Amino acid sequence: MICIDKENCVGCGKCVDICPGNLLTLKNSCAAIRDVRDCWGCCACVKICPRNAIAYQLSADLGGAGAKLFADDSPTKLTWQILKTDGEKIFLEVDKRQSNKF
Amino acid sequence: MTEKYSVDVLIIGGGAAGLFAAIRLSEFNPETKIIVVEKADVRRSGCLASGVNALNAYIGKGHTPEDYVEYAVNDAHSIARRDLLLTMAQRLNHVTKIIERLGLVIEKDSEGNYVERGWRNVKINGESIKLILAAAVKKFPNVEILNHVNVADFLLDGDKVVGAYGFGVREKIFYNFAAKVTLIATGGASGIYLPNHSGGSRHQIWYSPFNTGAGYAMGIRAGAEMTTFEMRFVALRCKDTIAPTGTLAQGVGAAQINSRGEFYQKNYGNTTSERVFAVTSEKFFGRAPCYLKTIGISAEQEKFLLDAYLNMSPAQTLRWIETNQPPSKFNVEICGTEPYIIGGHTAAGYWVDKNRQTTLKNLFAAGDVAGGCPQKYVTGAFAEAEIVAESILETLAEIKMPAPIDFNTGELKKFFANDSAFTIDELEIAMQTTMDEYAGGLTQNYRFNESQLNLAAKNIERIEKLSENLHAADMYDLLKIFELRERLTVAKVLIEHLKARRETRWAGFAQNLDYPNRDDKFNLLVNSVTTGGKTKIIFRSLNDDLH
Repeated sequence: MICIDKENCVGCGKCVDICPGNLLTLKNSCAAIRDVRDCWGCCACVKICPRNAIAYQLSADLGGAGAKLFADDSPTKLTWQILKTDGEKIFLEVDKRQSNKF
Repeated sequence: MTEKYSVDVLIIGGGAAGLFAAIRLSEFNPETKIIVVEKADVRRSGCLASGVNALNAYIGKGHTPEDYVEYAVNDAHSIARRDLLLTMAQRLNHVTKIIERLGLVIEKDSEGNYVERGWRNVKINGESIKLILAAAVKKFPNVEILNHVNVADFLLDGDKVVGAYGFGVREKIFYNFAAKVTLIATGGASGIYLPNHSGGSRHQIWYSPFNTGAGYAMGIRAGAEMTTFEMRFVALRCKDTIAPTGTLAQGVGAAQINSRGEFYQKNYGNTTSERVFAVTSEKFFGRAPCYLKTIGISAEQEKFLLDAYLNMSPAQTLRWIETNQPPSKFNVEICGTEPYIIGGHTAAGYWVDKNRQTTLKNLFAAGDVAGGCPQKYVTGAFAEAEIVAESILETLAEIKMPAPIDFNTGELKKFFANDSAFTIDELEIAMQTTMDEYAGGLTQNYRFNESQLNLAAKNIERIEKLSENLHAADMYDLLKIFELRERLTVAKVLIEHLKARRETRWAGFAQNLDYPNRDDKFNLLVNSVTTGGKTKIIFRSLNDDLH
């Protein structure tokens, strides 16, 4: 499921356009999800958000403990950031010009 | 208000097949006026929204398209159309070159050959595959893309498809499309059965929860012949995240292992359905949990796995890291999913000829909605799209532009005025629980008998009646109502197909407890045509072509 940081959202609407389920809307110039249970977890909104205002989070029934997954997209690389509940940050960089090894 | 369009080619669904068809049609003839109608945004719509990890249909060195046909027929336990498989397989490597030209990164060796994963796969970076297709199609001025518009149904003139009508998902706008030729390129159907998780994670499922079988439903309502719906697909997945397992099995050679440490898969065979049956049976006999054995993989292999999953199913990478249970130290638990109807993996879908022409005039089908041709994956969808593009160009000059047909917007608007005792969600759950309990869902280990199927049919009919009274507060609600009704339409036909195949062919996907064994009498295709709400079963020989 995703969670939206209302402080960081500037209401640009990019996530509203991109969501494959038409789940996101703008409410008072801030992104909002109609029903978080309907999120597929595809992370299209996480990748397109220019402000890191949307994160993917594993729900408790999927083994989640509150860590958040953010992404910074650029033409050549996708940089993922995992923010754990104890404040630890883990960065994973995927070079878009390289194929998967498996 | 209603917006009207007149085009040469109407493409319904902006996924792999739909966009590739638009690209190839435009390259063949840049004068072709095309409109692609997509209910989300073509950049990230459908089942490839988060990316894809490999091209899973490719003819590797030393192999032929005929080898691919044999593989697919064997995997389907004989229930597939060889003519469709061959015409697809002959184009797999050709369309792989095209998608590389459009910008997909494909791994190559020092001599410039694609690096193969097994003999049927090539390694890629497929995270942005939809963005690549969307950017490619945008370059053609003859193609118009309509995002956030949902097609509700075909427009018919007798048995001829002459376009379609739909509605905006955001604004209250209705759409009327007149087209010489229509390509149905929507996705398969998820959400008919109760999923692995309920509540907060109800959409943490394998296939896109937004692929609701719209194309199947439109075809069924229009009386198109359909094939092999009873060959449901059940995916073998990583437990909880429902992330793919192929990358573990093929990437690091991880084998299935049960809680007693036994490598059991050899007892079951190695077709797609047998691999699922292996897990279901081990669980049934008390030897769960089942895992893919990843303990002991190298640090480098682990890094590659983390990256590979970020490119298609980020939840799995997050889970490994967040839970401090990396695959090198912990085996990955696996499970089967709820059943799906999907022609890209199994043989369910429209009954088509070699040109991918359906039984309805001027209607073609490609990708997940096209039946008879399993194991097509992304490149197979491209191949079918290209076949359609060529077929359309051959016939387009002979077809006159149809006069626009008015449709009754009242059929759509009535949902705004309705007063229902139930919500859309409540009816969706009613459908899913009935299909799960009585039509071989996940909690029943995919098992059913005919008495249960009869009960399922009655329940689905009742729920369908209730759905006529659902209330829509806005256009999004209207979309949800249509999606539910599409699933109900598919479920009704699916039940009839399950009843008709009086044997158990793919135990991992479906077990008919009245007929628990394979019966070679059923070396045939179960087809159907629905008219006036009644589904008539037609048995066809495996060698039957269309018409």
